[in-house]
Amino acid sequence: MKEDNAQPLSEEVLKTDAGQAPAKKPKFVKTEKTPVEPFDPEALIEVQHLTKSFGELTVLNDISEKIRQGEKVAVIGPSGSGKSTFLRCLNMLEDPTDGYVFFEGNNLCDLHVDINVQRRRMGMVFQQFNLFNNMNVLKNITLAPVHIGVGELRKAKRKNFFTKIGNVFRGKDKKKPLVPVETSAKQIKAEANENAMRLLARIGLADKAKVYPSTLSGGQRQRIAIVRALAMNPKVMLFDEPTSALDPEMVGEVLELIKELADEGMTMVIVTHEMGFAREVATRVMFMDGGKIVEQGPPSEIFGAPKNDRLKDFLAKVL
Amino acid sequence: MWESFYRNFITNDGYITVLQGLENTLIIAIVGLVIGIIIGSVVACFQVAGKRNKVARGFAVVGDAYTAVFRGTPIIVQIFLFHFVIFPVLGIRFDGLIECCIVFGLNSGAYVAEIMRGGILSVDVGQLEAGRTLGLSYATTMIKIVIPQAVKNVIPTLGNEFITLTKDTSVAGYASIMDLTFAFRTLTDGGTNVMAPYIVLAICYLIIIAIFTVIVRLIERRLRKSERR
Repeated sequence: MKEDNAQPLSEEVLKTDAGQAPAKKPKFVKTEKTPVEPFDPEALIEVQHLTKSFGELTVLNDISEKIRQGEKVAVIGPSGSGKSTFLRCLNMLEDPTDGYVFFEGNNLCDLHVDINVQRRRMGMVFQQFNLFNNMNVLKNITLAPVHIGVGELRKAKRKNFFTKIGNVFRGKDKKKPLVPVETSAKQIKAEANENAMRLLARIGLADKAKVYPSTLSGGQRQRIAIVRALAMNPKVMLFDEPTSALDPEMVGEVLELIKELADEGMTMVIVTHEMGFAREVATRVMFMDGGKIVEQGPPSEIFGAPKNDRLKDFLAKVL
Repeated sequence: MWESFYRNFITNDGYITVLQGLENTLIIAIVGLVIGIIIGSVVACFQVAGKRNKVARGFAVVGDAYTAVFRGTPIIVQIFLFHFVIFPVLGIRFDGLIECCIVFGLNSGAYVAEIMRGGILSVDVGQLEAGRTLGLSYATTMIKIVIPQAVKNVIPTLGNEFITLTKDTSVAGYASIMDLTFAFRTLTDGGTNVMAPYIVLAICYLIIIAIFTVIVRLIERRLRKSERR
């Protein structure tokens, strides 16, 4: 695809360049980007020619992939193969050096797309849990829904206020309609709390709502981190080695919860070292090595009849 | 010597001057610290955000210059400069107390900026990432998640800064502010009976600092509530 650079870049692509200039490149050489291809409407996430390099080191090398609604994709591979970077590029925690990520038809690499709005629909769970240490469990879960809900409410009210002022000067039949405001900040908070308690009850930690994360075990923290992501009603969940930092004892309870989510039809991308889990839950397994997706397919094929030598080698070591 | 001090302090209503001085010292220290924390936090935020945002980088350079100037000159020189040069040249007439609050605030802001920057950097980057992945903006994540934890981490250092600032206010007298030191100087009979007033002055500062230390400890303990002890 890189040879196509001769054709003039679209306006949009040029704007995407801003602020993403990779480090260590000579100042006056313009980094040419791969042109955007049309987005496949069937895919929930589409990755086009994703390339990420940290200075000289290329971590992801021209990955193109589609993830459809309801798919559970497990990403496996040796360490340093770019699994985590791939996952972090999906919600722009890492800015790609080249290529594009589409989520529900929105180009996340385009600076005109509000990444914060898009991220609300993509939950992410980290290896190190990353619960907010300064808040109790309930606040951890409700912080984002309440903040975003109240923010939108304020925005609507402000808009209404200006519309009202404008309406004074408009003709009788030209009055602009107001945005309907049905909730209040209090109600949003109450709903978020209720939702959070429901989610906590589901994982059996309702009694821990008022405690701080530092007093919980790793497994409990990770389950709360998952629930925190769920509270935003995401379309897709990204798991970045969710069980790697846990005691072997705790792994089971976290995997159980993820499995439950999978059974409910949540779209998932899971970077994992738990091969048994990948085999059981995933509908598609990707094997990454050296920044490329070397082989992928249904778990039975990947684990049962691997074709690639590197994959055979890897599986022989871990299984 | 104690007789003359007693005479000046009680009979000649010297205690009123001293109380006035104590009040001014406390006002300058506390207001100065508050201004310092506000300025320092803002500067620190720009410096931290400057890594990824070009606008913030511009502000960060301004912040760097500010820090360099106010950390690079003695507080007494700053007081002279502001009191005798900058404010008169600009034609601003402030009450001496407000003037001192501003100067001490600006001065401590430079130190607090570095303290806060260290505090923000000490918070795990995962906290910021977690906030961002939930769809909160960079600013919201900083305000709601990173800075509260940073503040908790820097409370002991900030207490130290507060104590230093309180003691530094003893030079406010040079801008003809009736602070604690200046108040006791008026009780020395024009420099003839210095021993008793200065000993009492030292004890006064000791007591103030001891009280502040306890308060800082209490605040710290309150903020550490979320940690397992």
